[in-house]
Amino acid sequence: MAIESSDIAKLAKLARIEINDTAAQEAAKSISDVLALVDQLQAINTDGVLPMAHPLDAVQKLRPDMISETNQREAFQSIAPATQDGLYLVPKVIE
Amino acid sequence: MHQFTIAELIKGLGNKDFSSVEVTQHYLDRIARLDKTYNSYITVTNDIALQQAAAADKRLAAGNAPALCGVPIAHKDIFCTTGVRTSCASKMLDKFIAPYNATIVENYLNSGVVMLGKTNMDEFAMGSSNETSWYGPVKNPWATDCVPGGSSGGSAAAVAAHLAPAATASDTGGSIRQPAALCGLTGIKPTYGRVSRWGMIAFASSLDQAGILSRTAEDAAILLNDMASYDAKDSTCVERDVPDYTADLNKPLNGLRIGVPKEYFGEGLNPKTAALIEAAIKVYESLGATIHSVSLPHTHLSVPAYYVIAPAECSANLSRFDGVRYGHRCDNPKDLNDLYMRSRSEGFGDEVKRRILVGAYALSAGYYDAYYSKAQKVRRLIKQDFVDAFQTVDVILGPTSPSPAFQFGSKTKDPVAMYLEDIYTIATNLAGLPGLSIPCGLVDNKPVGLQLIGNFFAESQLLNLAHQFQQATDFHKQTAPNIE
Repeated sequence: MAIESSDIAKLAKLARIEINDTAAQEAAKSISDVLALVDQLQAINTDGVLPMAHPLDAVQKLRPDMISETNQREAFQSIAPATQDGLYLVPKVIE
Repeated sequence: MHQFTIAELIKGLGNKDFSSVEVTQHYLDRIARLDKTYNSYITVTNDIALQQAAAADKRLAAGNAPALCGVPIAHKDIFCTTGVRTSCASKMLDKFIAPYNATIVENYLNSGVVMLGKTNMDEFAMGSSNETSWYGPVKNPWATDCVPGGSSGGSAAAVAAHLAPAATASDTGGSIRQPAALCGLTGIKPTYGRVSRWGMIAFASSLDQAGILSRTAEDAAILLNDMASYDAKDSTCVERDVPDYTADLNKPLNGLRIGVPKEYFGEGLNPKTAALIEAAIKVYESLGATIHSVSLPHTHLSVPAYYVIAPAECSANLSRFDGVRYGHRCDNPKDLNDLYMRSRSEGFGDEVKRRILVGAYALSAGYYDAYYSKAQKVRRLIKQDFVDAFQTVDVILGPTSPSPAFQFGSKTKDPVAMYLEDIYTIATNLAGLPGLSIPCGLVDNKPVGLQLIGNFFAESQLLNLAHQFQQATDFHKQTAPNIE
């Protein structure tokens, strides 16, 4: 299935990736090529086949709801781009 | 000293022929002198390596040290290492100093293994040529105008150029086995869930698995002993005892049934590569194995299914990079959306962006059933092919890659051509099976890999087959020309 550069612009917005018009046109071409490859899947009958999410069909393991980790806020915030008073700083969200 | 295998280093350290500090310093000197040519390391951890080596020497002197104590290796820069930059070869994480160790890094620390540094790779492990790294491409020691394969190209080049005796790596669609093939090494991707993924930066979580690049199957077995563990911190890790992977290395192959899938010898396979695989089959026959033709009829759908599932998982996994908590942040964001948009656009390279967009498309409303759900159904058919084949054979054999190392730039303009590089390796990840690549000769003076695929948790058997092949041949002893 071919994809237009306008579709790319929409996807890029959803994925929070900035893409200019020239790049969107190039991406539309290369992504159309990838989708053409992927479209081979449509030729095969998969009626009655269950989708496979995990190679061993394992189910999510659960553990008792007990504290297992200690708070390491300072260590984690030491690698953040901007923090203040133990909080992550972002541009003003509410006017 | 850089000629030694891991097994020989263990012996030498035990006999006090040399100390861990001496071996480590020898490797650090080689890296400093020679890696300008290959670019196989992103970060060399000189001080940490020498501290760890000195501590290992003390443990060795005290007796009762673990087998691998004092042996230096390199870690792929996808594994978190406390206090050391863990970049995943992305500008996004160029300044990311990991606050914790990956479980496999921790396992090796407990064994006294020394870390030489962090190796180059394709950005976020997305690539088959190591050309997508933000730190520049890695050169293949066998032919420096050619790629080393990817995504674990730095790990492979470092071992092939004798800048590390072995290295950790990861494999989502062939990222251990294909570089092993292209650089003339042994590479093993264990069964999905055998090795903890905790602290290994996620690309496609249902496919990613850590493994090893080494010079011999014996070394891979020794290293896998300490890498594999059950880890409650990885909810997909399988709770199962870790056997001694060296125990079966010398088992005779009499009566072992090897399946050769006809789909792995079709169009696209270099005829000279095919001839070397045929010759390897003869070696196995002479070792007592029997050869059987098998069919994996959905093989041609593995690349298409992979390029839905892997990008879908990648787009979800990489949504965590938002410029807020860690990683790259743009300058002077005007609002929160601008912060997200520009941080991600500046931080990610083209291939990563392409896969995020493909994944977002496959998961978007109206396309989910046609792409993502369809690919997951085909994934089950691909796994079933292997389940059926393993009813009649013990192991599957074929080429690792369609052809030897290719030149830089020859596939970068055409993502689909690059994706087809992994046509023989991807199905193993989709099925979750263990796979291994060993050298089986040279084509145009460049190495060719032989791939062995085992049943679930049959790592010991694969290593046994690989070791027996390496006892009967000396392809694994060939080293790249012009290696100092």
